[in-house]
Amino acid sequence: MAARNRFPAGLELPPHKALALQHGIQPAPEPARAFVAMDQGSGHAATPAIAVGERVRIGTRIARATHANGTPVSSPVAGTVVSIEEHETASPAGRGLCIVVDNDGSGVVDPACEPLCWESMPPYEVLARIQDAGIAGLGGAAFPAAAKLGAGRAHEVTHLVLNGAECEPWICCDEALMRERAADVLLGARVMLHASGASHCTIAVEDDKPEAIAALRAAATDPRMQITAIGTVYPAGAERQLLHAVTGMEIPHREHPPTVGLLCQNVGTAAAVARLVTTGEPAIRRIVTVTGSGVGRPANLDARIGTPLAELAVACGGYQRDPRRLIAGGTMTGRALETDEVPLTLAVMCVVAATAADLAVRGAEMPCIRCGDCARVCPAGLLPQQLHRALLAGDEPLLERHGLVDCIECGCCDYVCPSRIPLTARFQRARAASSLRHEERLRAAHLRARFERHERRMAEAAEAERRAFEDARRRARSERGG
Amino acid sequence: MRFETSAAPHVIAGFSVPRVMFQVLLGLLPVVAVQLTLLGPGVLLQLLVAGPVALLCEALALRARGRDAGPFLRDGSVLVTAALLAVSVPPLLPWWLTALGAAVAVLLGKHVYGGLGYNPFNPAMVGYAVLLVSFPLEMTQWPTPLGQSQSDWTDLAHLAWQSFLSGPAAGGPDWDAYTGATALDALRTGLGQRYTMEEIFAGPAFASISGSGAQWINVAALLGGLYLLARRIISWHIPVAVLAGMAIPSALMHLVDPGAHAPATFHLLSGATMLGAFFIATDPVSAATSDHGRLVYGAGIGLITWLIRVWGGYPDGMAFAVLLMNLAAPLLDRYTVSRIHGHPRR
Amino acid sequence: MNAPGVLQATGVIAAIAAMLGAALGWAAGRLRPNADPLVERIDALLPQTQCGQCRYPGCRPYALAIARGEADIDRCPPGGDATVRALAALLGRDPRPVDAAFGKPKPPQVAFIDEERCIGCALCLPACPVDAIVGAPRYVHTVIESQCTGCELCLPPCPVDCIELRALPVVTAPHAAAAMAPA
Repeated sequence: MAARNRFPAGLELPPHKALALQHGIQPAPEPARAFVAMDQGSGHAATPAIAVGERVRIGTRIARATHANGTPVSSPVAGTVVSIEEHETASPAGRGLCIVVDNDGSGVVDPACEPLCWESMPPYEVLARIQDAGIAGLGGAAFPAAAKLGAGRAHEVTHLVLNGAECEPWICCDEALMRERAADVLLGARVMLHASGASHCTIAVEDDKPEAIAALRAAATDPRMQITAIGTVYPAGAERQLLHAVTGMEIPHREHPPTVGLLCQNVGTAAAVARLVTTGEPAIRRIVTVTGSGVGRPANLDARIGTPLAELAVACGGYQRDPRRLIAGGTMTGRALETDEVPLTLAVMCVVAATAADLAVRGAEMPCIRCGDCARVCPAGLLPQQLHRALLAGDEPLLERHGLVDCIECGCCDYVCPSRIPLTARFQRARAASSLRHEERLRAAHLRARFERHERRMAEAAEAERRAFEDARRRARSERGG
Repeated sequence: MRFETSAAPHVIAGFSVPRVMFQVLLGLLPVVAVQLTLLGPGVLLQLLVAGPVALLCEALALRARGRDAGPFLRDGSVLVTAALLAVSVPPLLPWWLTALGAAVAVLLGKHVYGGLGYNPFNPAMVGYAVLLVSFPLEMTQWPTPLGQSQSDWTDLAHLAWQSFLSGPAAGGPDWDAYTGATALDALRTGLGQRYTMEEIFAGPAFASISGSGAQWINVAALLGGLYLLARRIISWHIPVAVLAGMAIPSALMHLVDPGAHAPATFHLLSGATMLGAFFIATDPVSAATSDHGRLVYGAGIGLITWLIRVWGGYPDGMAFAVLLMNLAAPLLDRYTVSRIHGHPRR
Repeated sequence: MNAPGVLQATGVIAAIAAMLGAALGWAAGRLRPNADPLVERIDALLPQTQCGQCRYPGCRPYALAIARGEADIDRCPPGGDATVRALAALLGRDPRPVDAAFGKPKPPQVAFIDEERCIGCALCLPACPVDAIVGAPRYVHTVIESQCTGCELCLPPCPVDCIELRALPVVTAPHAAAAMAPA
């Protein structure tokens, strides 16, 4: 099938994926001690539902979700809970609450983990099971899969798109998954169709992954499934850009795909759903690419959450050539970690041990020379040079007009800037501050409405009291007079 | 094990401001070479003055503003300004005027607005315009190109050196023999004296298409500009728009009244057209930013240059056209904002 | 002196000035820009806590006072320095920190009624500017946490001092963490 249209912006980047794909998916050893983070990447930490000293099995629920956008967490190993403590994590906050479980090596699975007869279950129950299993988006954002599928059902979406693009350099966990476990991806897709009510599914894969495409096509027996190759460009895998490439539709500003009848999920999430229905196993593992010139044997590991990243590096031949940065994610949007003692979470797709050869020296920042290269590569159609000017001026209405909220933080503008301006980092902070301000404004408007209603109520009550008083006085007068 | 931290993205492309500036200087080499061959070594003298003066002014200005001068001096942007000025002014310009022009370009054209990246006007053109308006005599004395007069290259060298040191009067009786009207000058005076286009074009200042000197300088600038395009230093929008903005009205008017209007090919290859289209108008800081804006910007420059040449008071209007469109650039940016993905199509 | 000439010149200039003046007057009336009155724009920047720390009975009276020039812009502790900055940007004044005489900015807090001690007197109900307290005479009252702004106006009326203020837990969503992280 011919590659669909690719947007004219974006970048062509060297992929750096071949080495890690060489030997397929390798099982990572279970950690001796699992540090299970309460925030698996969604930003909304779960609350521990277990006490220190209790024994757990693989798949036992150990934390409850407390927010609509959070997920419960299950234990990745069998053993004893040794502590519940703050620990360094890979999240933006840098630290978070973790349940530490000592692995007793028994590998006993919790008996509550049973396969599901999902085809005979009503969709809402499938959704409840997916949520209870803590399945979150494995494309990096860790948003609860059930919440997304449920939103799709509420909006009566018709088209499910599975994101197998994986456009960022170094990351190849999805490609390895599609090559070796295509059947899982397709089974997960079928379950998702049932749960969300969508009528058909497209799996979008970049056209530089022919083996993955072939494997998916070979395993696709359901006529509702379609495998589509899309043009290879960074960031083809960004949700809005991907949906545009596959369907030609643009998701309107500030809205989500379900409003136009679309639903997007990562192929890894689909495979996790498949695992749930076939074995009952909740979200306790993921495929993570451990790569970079700084590890001896780059590979895609099938690893449990809670495994310290240092142990994953050891499983890949240990460090070599003096890696300078440890990046959680790819080299375009990944976060540089201070230490490798952080545990694996569902949001970490890839770990790059980057040596100086893998990185670029940024050099001193110069003023913007308005060359316009950034605008040429921006996949969201923004004008980063104008945004930057507005940012320096602190001009919030101008930032809004130039679409700061539409920035997908892909890093393309940074990549081409000859003045070496750290645009992405500045836009990230500005977006965070702007969304906080936006929420404050919404809340203030809400409070103002309540206050005005309160004042009206007080005024009406006072008026009613005054009238009652007048009536009483009149009656008293007429009684006295009469 | 601990690691260093840094913000994403962790890789960047190789473009840098010094590299861009160096390529622009390379692109100017053909122009310098042709000027050397046809008009004598004056252009080298101009470069030798403009460069150091510009660097000195930049360093002084940055010191005065309390900034670290190192990165800005090393990035080559001020050298490009000096070089553009040096090839735009007549090669016979006395050194103090060149120095003045370079100083004005860097100080008044760049640093009063905040330095690199903040100047609304093209600095080289600010320097050129100040010189042109203040010293009209010296700024319009061009040597007759080799082959057109009886002079040979050593005569031109001698003339350039004398004029460089002591100004036009010091050229002595040779001055009138070796300097003359440019093709654009001749066109203007000829039209004023009611000669027809054919008669004017038969004059000594003209070669096959345009002026005997200007023609080859423009071809050299075109070659340098194509090199910059190939290396992706500039994009095609501004040069194509400038040339179209000049070619279309002039071709139309030539069709309507061939006796009173020079053909488009003449305009495209005379004066500072090619230099302006590929090197001067493409200065990113003072031009419009969006692609559509750049098309309008370039077209405006081409059109205004042609208008000044035909009806204005100066033989070549490129500098003023560029400055006028620099004024319009912010407005163009405001009205040519691209549509953001997900926003409604207007 | 050429008196008729001077008179002529003066007359012409006066006529031109009169025409231009009339044109401007007409334009001022018919071509007015569509802007909210200043009070609305100021009120939109205030946090709507309605706490009265600015010594005005609510955010709108304070906005009105600012618009009339009767009050300065640095009197709102719940709005914090960010609100002063926004007001300064709107009105073209210099930004400065919140005037400590009107209160110190506090971290987010909500009121909590100790139900053991509440006597159901309903005196706190009308005090809450956003009706965040639910209850009725002789029924135990409670605060709707999501609607409470922490303005503390319910504390004085309570005869048994059963209301206390508790700090809100800080939610760190990923984007918010990025905003607070050092550059």
